[in-house]
Formats: sequence, structure tokens, C-alpha cells
Amino acid sequence: MTDYDVIVVGAGPSGSISAKTCAEKGLSVLLIEKRQEIGVPVRCAEGVSKKGLERFVKPDEKWIASEIERAEIISPSSHRVVLSAEKAGNEVGYVLERKVFDRYLAMLASRAGSNVLTKTSAVYIKRENGIVRVGIRSMGEEEELTAKIVIGADGVESRVAKWVGIDTTLKLNEIESCVQYLMTNIDFDPSTTYFWIGKKYAPGGYIWLFPKGKDSANVGIGVMPALAERDAKWYLDRFLKENFPEGEIVEVVVGGVPVKGAIDTAVSDNVMLVGDAARHTDPITGGGIVNGMIAGYLAGLTAYEAVESGDFSERFLRRYDERWKAEFGESLVRNKKLQEKMLKLEDSVLDRLIESVKGIPIEEMSVKRLAYEIFKKHPRLFWDLREFII
Amino acid sequence: MKRLAVNRYKCGYCGACVAVCKFDANELIETYLEIYEDRCTLCMACVKTCPMNALEVVE
Ligand SMILES: Cc1cc2nc3c(=O)[nH]c(=O)nc-3n(C[C@H](O)[C@H](O)[C@H](O)COP(=O)(O)OP(=O)(O)OC[C@H]3O[C@@H](n4cnc5c(N)ncnc54)[C@H](O)[C@@H]3O)c2cc1C
Ligand code: SF4
Ligand code: SF4
Repeated sequence: MTDYDVIVVGAGPSGSISAKTCAEKGLSVLLIEKRQEIGVPVRCAEGVSKKGLERFVKPDEKWIASEIERAEIISPSSHRVVLSAEKAGNEVGYVLERKVFDRYLAMLASRAGSNVLTKTSAVYIKRENGIVRVGIRSMGEEEELTAKIVIGADGVESRVAKWVGIDTTLKLNEIESCVQYLMTNIDFDPSTTYFWIGKKYAPGGYIWLFPKGKDSANVGIGVMPALAERDAKWYLDRFLKENFPEGEIVEVVVGGVPVKGAIDTAVSDNVMLVGDAARHTDPITGGGIVNGMIAGYLAGLTAYEAVESGDFSERFLRRYDERWKAEFGESLVRNKKLQEKMLKLEDSVLDRLIESVKGIPIEEMSVKRLAYEIFKKHPRLFWDLREFII
Repeated sequence: MKRLAVNRYKCGYCGACVAVCKFDANELIETYLEIYEDRCTLCMACVKTCPMNALEVVE
């Protein structure tokens, strides 16, 4: 007998959906979170596609800050192009209030029957005789618990992965180094998200503005350490001085986003990794909430089947790898390749690209139409990017 | 002796430095970044990654 069927480490979106899924299937589950407040500090720009979100939860105004209808892309020389949300590849839709959202998801896990502990870290994992011993430090007290399965939902800094020997270390071209301010006293349209692209603004990444209601917005930056010469904060501050000199900062958010593409495996004996811990974020957008929830659901399902059949071996758990790869593995691989190509484009090329499409009416703007315009005006570039646009 | 130091007034406790460390030489304990000097090779990966420029090598 073990203390729990499943221990989930980390109560972000992927951990909470993992715990909820396991509990709904009747497993005994413990969800632990090292922070004393779930969801705080936030490490996110909080944008999410409507479709992706609604697959798991019914939207609730308590944790939706804004609804987004369009995205505006701004080139290094300030050429602008507007895309309607559904055609922008739908990484936009809602801007969440993650402090409230993350807590809400943890509550759903608890309502489904999981135990939840905050200010509780996993400090080691040992696998013995087919089960796992998890060392936890809960409000300063150390204890050892046993489980059949551990789901590592411990985010970008995942140590569960390290403990079980899954190498997820990020190289300097596999992470975006990010800073974001919640700002007021700035002008923006509350139903538009804005993206500034090009080396000039953010080497290896981009700058974003995501509205949170009418009065404030998340303004942030991601830069790739392999390409940036300074720290992310330096680039963001420089941009703000030029573009929003009157803005006031009411919150600072810091974070790293994995942009690794797909890892070979997210499983080991008794252990599955989900979400940022498994580097499930999209390499182009940096979005990880939806993929994390999908992975959490699939890991929960797999944990249930493993407990049913009494087999917690890596071989059995491989079906979780197959499942997440079938859902979004290919798009991680493809978008990593696309990112590598995009990073080679000079700012002048981005300018010409955006300029060449800026006259098209928003109703007619789609990825196909963009591709057509690129083809017409920049045949060589089109050739280079063909596998991504056709 | 050279060693890695964290400026706690700058650190935003985000864990990005932990994600790039190949040597398991750092750990984020809630808001406190711990550096394990015995394992740190001063490879600079975390220094280059830190969004807040909170890490530096000192004598
Ligand atoms: C600046 C920034 C902007 C972003 N913008 C977006 C966006 O607009 N849209 C989007 O979809 N995604 C965005 N992302 C990515 C998104 O935030 C993540 O993909 C998402 O939070 C991943 O969820 P998760 O549950 O896997 O991990 P997390 O939300 O990081 O949760 C992991 C949890 O595990 C806990 N933990 C870690 N170690 C332990 C331990 N040993 N014991 C117990 N608990 C532990 C942590 O405290 C944390 O609460 C952004 C990220 C950053 C940094
Ligand atoms: S990357 Fe920088 S800000 Fe983030 S935890 Fe490490 S030292 Fe602190
Ligand atoms: S300098 Fe290198 S070895 Fe030392 S903590 Fe940073 S990443 Fe790890």
C-alpha cells in the first residue's frame, strides 16, 4: 500500500488539471505546491485561445480580464498589420487573471477529491520496489510519502526531471528570458493585442502588449540569451522610454519560457512530466497554458490506466508520450524549425514583409493571403518558408 | 576565489537560471535562489539568461 496513488508536484495549470483528472477517475491524489499562494507570483502574459481554454473549463468572468478580437504586428520601422484573432493562429482570445485562474483550477482538483498542500515542496524522489518515495518539506516539516506515480508539473525550473534523469536542461537558444510590467497610464485598444517584432526591439523574441481591461496592460519582452547582448529588462526599459514614457508600473513579472521544441520522452519509471516541466510551450508564441492543460489531462488518464493494470513502468507510461505527441508534438517540432528560420530574417526584410501586406483589409487578412503576398513580392523568402505556409 | 553571486535586490525569483544549469548547481526555494558552489562550474549560462541581470561572478 502507498500513501497515495498519485502525487502531483506543482499546482500550475498542468498540475491542477493532472490532479483533477486523476481524482475524477477515482485515484487518491495529493497536489503539492511550493509557493504559499497558488498562482502568485504570476509568470505569464496571460493570453489564451478561446477554443483551447474552453476544452477544459467554462469561461468565468472572475478570471477573464479581457476579450481579444484582433492582433496588431509592428515591424522594426513601425509598419503595422492587423490580423483578426481567429486568423492570427488563435493564440489570442482571452487575457486571463492568472492569480485567480490558477487558484480556480486547484480548487477544481480539490473538489474532484484531491488533497492539496501549499508551501510544500518536493525535495527528492527515490524509486524502490516499483513505487516512489517522495520527500516533501511542508511548512518547514520534512516528511516522506509514498506513491505509485509522480506527475512532475513543476514548471520551467523542474527538478523532478533532473531527479529521474530526463535531460530537459535548456540551452541558450532554447529559452526566452522574459520581463513584463503591468502598466497603467498608457494608450491601447482594449480588444487588441500588440506584437513588436525584430532584432531592434527584442533579439530572438518579441515585445507584447496584452490588455487587462481598459486601464492596464501586460507589456513584456522575451529575448533569447544566445542572441541578446543585454538582459531582457534592459531591452524592455529602452522600448518603454521611447514608446510609453508616461506609463506607470504597478507589477513586475519575471520568467523563463522554454522554446526547445519537442523532447524525446517525458516519462521514466513511475514518473510523467507535464507542461513547462516537459517543455511543452510553443516555440513561436511562448504560449504554454493550453498545451500544459492538455498534457495534464493525458497524464491523468494514463496514470489511471497504469493504476488499473498495476504497471508503472516506463514502458507502460510511454503511451503518455504517444498521446501528447499526437496532440501537439508535431507542432512543437515545426514551430521550432520556423522559429530558427524567422530568427535569420534581417529587420529590413521584416519591414518589407509587413509593409507589403499592410494595405489589405482586415477581413481579408489570413495566413493564406499573407503567404500569397509574400510569394508575389519576395519569391526567395517564400521558397525558404514554403513548408510552413503551404 | 571566483564564485557566482546573486543580487537579491534584483532577483525576481523566476527559475530561468535553474532551467539552464547543466550542473544542478542552483535551486529556487520559493523566493530564495540557492547556489551550490561546490557544483557550480562558472559556465555563465545562468548569468546570460537572467532577465534581471541579478547574477554575476565575483572574487
Ligand atoms: C513572461 C511570460 C509570459 C507568458 N505568457 C504566456 C501567455 O500569454 N500565454 C500562455 O499560454 N503562456 C504564457 N507563458 C507560459 C506559461 O506561463 C506557462 O507555460 C504555464 O504557466 C505552464 O504551466 P505549468 O503548470 O506547466 O507550470 P507553472 O505554471 O510554472 O507551475 C509550476 C508550479 O510548480 C511549482 N513547483 C516547482 N517546483 C516545485 C517543487 N519542487 N515542489 C512543489 N512545487 C513546485 C511552482 O511553484 C509553480 O507554481 C508565459 C510565460 C512567461 C514567463
Ligand atoms: S534567473 Fe535571475 S531573476 Fe530569475 S531566479 Fe535566477 S537570478 Fe533570480
Ligand atoms: S554558472 Fe553555470 S554551473 Fe554555475 S549555477 Fe550558473 S549555470 Fe549552473
